[in-house]
Amino acid sequence: MSDITLVNLSLIILLLPIFGFTILIFFGKRFPKLYLLETTFLGIAFVLAAIIGFVKLGTLTEHTIIFQFTWIDFGKLPLFGHLKFILGVKIDNLTAIMLLVVTLISFLVHVYSIGYMHGDKRFSRYYAYLGLFSFSMLGIVLTHNLLTLYIFWELVGLSSYLLIGFWFEKKSAADAGKKAFLVNRVGDIGMFLGILILFTNYHTFTYDSIFAAIGAGHLPFNSPAWLTAAGILLFMGAVGKSAQFPLHVWLPDAMEGPTPVSALIHAATMVAAGVYMVARIFPMLTADALLVIALVGGFTSFLAATIAITQNDIKKVLAYSTISQLGYMVMALGVGSYAYGFFHLVTHAWFKALLFLGSGSVIQAMHHEQDIRQMGGLRKKMPITYYTFLVATLAISGVPFFSGFLSKDGLLLGTYAFGSLTGHILIPIFGFTVVVLTAFYMFRLVIITFHGEPRNQEKYDHAKESPKVMTIPLIVLAVLSFFFWYSPNPFSSESGWFISKWIPTPHSVVPENMRFNFMKTAGEAAGHVQNGGEAIVHSPMYMEALHHAHYPAMILSILLAALGIFLAYWIYQWKKVDPDMLADRFNWLYKFSLNKWYFDELYHATFVAGTVGLGKVLAWFDSNIVDGVVNGAAWVTRKVSQFSGAFDHYVVDGLVNFSAFASGFLGLVLKKFQTGKVQTYVVFVVFSVLILLLIFRPF
Amino acid sequence: MESYLLTYLLFIPIVGSVILLFFKKENEKAIRYFGLFVSVVAFIVSLIIYYQFDSSLSTFQFLHQIKWIKSLHVSYQVGIDGVSLLLVLLTTFLTPLTLISSWKSVTKNVKLFTFFMLFLEAAMIGVFIALDLFLFYVFWEAMLIPMYFIIGIWGGGRRIYAAVKFFLFTMAGSLLMLVAIIWLAIYASHQLGYFSTNIVELYRVGPNVPHEIQQYMFLAFFISFAIKVPLFPLHTWLPDAHVEAPTAGSVILAGVLLKMGTYGMIRFCLPLFPQSTVQFAPVISILAVIGIIYGALVAMVQKDMKKLVAYSSVSHLGFIVLGIFALTPESIQGAVIQMINHGLSTGALFLLVGFIYERTHTREISYYGGIAKLVPVYATFLMIVSLSSIGLPGLNGFVGEFLILLGSFKSQVLDSWYFVIFGATGVIFAAVYLLWMYERVVWGRVTNEKLNGLTDMTPRELLVLIPIVIFIVWIGVYSSTFLSVSSATTESILHTVSTFTFNFL
Repeated sequence: MSDITLVNLSLIILLLPIFGFTILIFFGKRFPKLYLLETTFLGIAFVLAAIIGFVKLGTLTEHTIIFQFTWIDFGKLPLFGHLKFILGVKIDNLTAIMLLVVTLISFLVHVYSIGYMHGDKRFSRYYAYLGLFSFSMLGIVLTHNLLTLYIFWELVGLSSYLLIGFWFEKKSAADAGKKAFLVNRVGDIGMFLGILILFTNYHTFTYDSIFAAIGAGHLPFNSPAWLTAAGILLFMGAVGKSAQFPLHVWLPDAMEGPTPVSALIHAATMVAAGVYMVARIFPMLTADALLVIALVGGFTSFLAATIAITQNDIKKVLAYSTISQLGYMVMALGVGSYAYGFFHLVTHAWFKALLFLGSGSVIQAMHHEQDIRQMGGLRKKMPITYYTFLVATLAISGVPFFSGFLSKDGLLLGTYAFGSLTGHILIPIFGFTVVVLTAFYMFRLVIITFHGEPRNQEKYDHAKESPKVMTIPLIVLAVLSFFFWYSPNPFSSESGWFISKWIPTPHSVVPENMRFNFMKTAGEAAGHVQNGGEAIVHSPMYMEALHHAHYPAMILSILLAALGIFLAYWIYQWKKVDPDMLADRFNWLYKFSLNKWYFDELYHATFVAGTVGLGKVLAWFDSNIVDGVVNGAAWVTRKVSQFSGAFDHYVVDGLVNFSAFASGFLGLVLKKFQTGKVQTYVVFVVFSVLILLLIFRPF
Repeated sequence: MESYLLTYLLFIPIVGSVILLFFKKENEKAIRYFGLFVSVVAFIVSLIIYYQFDSSLSTFQFLHQIKWIKSLHVSYQVGIDGVSLLLVLLTTFLTPLTLISSWKSVTKNVKLFTFFMLFLEAAMIGVFIALDLFLFYVFWEAMLIPMYFIIGIWGGGRRIYAAVKFFLFTMAGSLLMLVAIIWLAIYASHQLGYFSTNIVELYRVGPNVPHEIQQYMFLAFFISFAIKVPLFPLHTWLPDAHVEAPTAGSVILAGVLLKMGTYGMIRFCLPLFPQSTVQFAPVISILAVIGIIYGALVAMVQKDMKKLVAYSSVSHLGFIVLGIFALTPESIQGAVIQMINHGLSTGALFLLVGFIYERTHTREISYYGGIAKLVPVYATFLMIVSLSSIGLPGLNGFVGEFLILLGSFKSQVLDSWYFVIFGATGVIFAAVYLLWMYERVVWGRVTNEKLNGLTDMTPRELLVLIPIVIFIVWIGVYSSTFLSVSSATTESILHTVSTFTFNFL
């Protein structure tokens, strides 16, 4: 199959959902059955993605397909040359696999929602939003440059916002939608600045061109620090989208959205977009940037796991579990375990989508009860849900024969080797601790929900297994959570096609002195950048460390998982220890975990209150000081004019009036002399002459 | 290329408004239809101009000159380039829509209202096409009169205060500009041998004005434009004028009038005084960035929807000024497209606030809540327009903000990334105030019983909003249509500034 056919197929996949969205938005109300069209579209998209995957992964494994065109042209500029924005599609193995993941989960969620959202007032609107989401997510997957990545990045944010707030009558849902959007924006601004740094220096948004320029020794602003900064800033986008510490607070609230949405967007695909993005920019990440990424990921996975163990809302447990697992993936990329980070993304997508859809099945059966303390014993009532949920739980806990074991094992091995080579042992400690915690909280969830006796008899009596339209997606996802899809050997993924064939670690284009020692390779030609090529970035030292750590790490992780499962059984199944007693004993720790480390309270007291407070202060400043100056100027002008009015009235006009008055008065006096009698005038003349004579005395 | 088209365009609303005077005052329907007809004709003529316009040229096109005051070499001279074409189109596009929007809301003295709207349209077109400073000044001032009356007669409770404030504020600035125009023209007479206010001739004179004089001329022009924009801290006339103005007035005010300030900067400040432009660019950009954040934060805590939108304008216009004075091809192009964007998005926001106000007679955010259930179509439009104003990719606002921030980041003149970091926080705050307002007004449950009878958008209101939304999406998805119109012009202006200063291009 030729390149252009694959590109065309991928564009059809991209456009099908948005086409469905447009139809549903305009005609959804009139033709309530149109959601079937959207679902069919996603089905077709999945079939096409399967074709692409088959061709690309099967026959064109080491071939990257690029297709691009000019979007905005600024013309020729003296100093920059030709300035234009290029859009395009890049299909490599990463893309092909992601296409499969996104279209299949999206399709399954579309099918599942037919049952789950049955009877909702805004059914068509719901499917329209799903279409918008699928379009934007596929855009992220397909794009070959940072600009379109950013555009689609914001669009998934929008669809997430709309779907979280789908039941907007609930204040908590409306708040959660807004919170998700705003928290993501904070991360996105960082990502945006990162993109600006790269564009300013390389005048292109295309990944490959940027990597080529860095590989040729051209650093941003000629400084290694800026390259690190660009990497970390781009990673900030992932911190927001993939809910990493410190921006993880939006994801648990996002559970206000319909549960299938949580499965699709907030577990399997959108939140993994951050990880996908880091994988995309991996070649340009410096050692410092990678260390930051590893630490953020490691800490996030630990933080979220410690919260998950005490939550009582079934979806909240899964939400924190998602954050924790995303932290794993981020950490894996940070320690240079590129392939396993991505591998875990894929396996996690299946089993976490399954867990959410399973929880949706339970929630539906329990009449929208989400508190696990009201559940129990559901195993008998809903066997399909139970067994598929159990498969996913085994997978996420890292039990052999399931997909999660393969990816987790490789990933933990990477952290182990990283810790031993660089001395950052905190990272493997986080990694292995989380294994225990994960197994513990997941089995706690399963046991409380499905095992034992019903705690709320009335709800239990009404519960029944979900319809086929909901259980079939569960079964499909459960099948995908077994090992054989990824490796013929259930204990090692190295012989699997994922690791050995499909996902080679790309070349690092960072200058040698800015990489970790173990990621330097002798004789690597500078500027030789080919993605999807036969790259080996790890030194023999690293490979050796990996090799040595292989069995210890694997055994350790199995033992730790077993410990977690055992503890969960010990406390919740066999009830050897009363959990309430434990909570009392470790009250402080329990409260800390239950209240999610008080992050919401902290952020509310600082950022939210601070911003609103500042806004209020500035509003006061604006209406009293800035406008006060204006009104003050008006007041002064008025006063001055009043004064000059008064001056005019009393002084200037006063003088005029006075002179008038004076001449009038004089006239009044003088007119007394105008008697009209000649005799009087003669007397006046004589007197006057006499006075004049007296004055001048001429004699 | 000599052409009468621009003169026709200018005189269509003028002649229309004069003919309108012969209508009987009681015949409101005929007056409304006639006003609409005139403005639609003007729009069609502007479209013809758009089709005949050659966007590959950076020079003025459709020139038309008539000698006016011979002794002073003042002439009626009009012409357009890429930047003014876009703004003329925006003007002729918005005017008919505002006339339709006031079909029911303006009932007092319809004849006078329509007369002033057409008069206003002519003055705005005049500002954008005048190529003679004297002529420009005439239109610039003429525009104040109808706006003063529109706010003062059809406005809200404090309309007199707002109208006077608006008038005096702008007047103060204009006088400075008048002084500078005369000064510049006299200066030109030394060099050219005759007194001239012709812009094309002054473009050759301005850059040669000695620096100590030029900077005062620049500031005089700039302050006049900055008041119009309005740039922090000269913005306080804006919230009052917006809140008190009738919906049609707010739309024109936000949509077109504010752009006259930023247009003036591009048309006059940059090419006439390139050295001073570069000198003052950092200070101006700081004010712009302060305006971005300040406007957004103040908008956030407003209780009145219209005031919120008014302050958001301060924030958005800060972006435009930043884009202009970052002096890069991307940022100026971004500023130009953002002028159009702001006209569309904020215009639409004012329309939407006006529509709901007509139904409930209040703009208090706390009065509302949960109206998505009652008026779903309205809620959808408000969502689209809010997102456009927030700068969501795929809608128009993003293109402008992105280009502006991109350009500012690589700007040789500003040479600091602080501008972008702080400017970008404005993007976050924009989401805060608009989404918060949206949540409080549209989402949640209906708690106020008085809202229950609320009716959804009427066909007439849809007729006003749908064209705007079409452009909001069009610019967002394929901005090249619009960017290509102005690119030759902005590049040539930038080239002028660059060659007269330190060749930063």
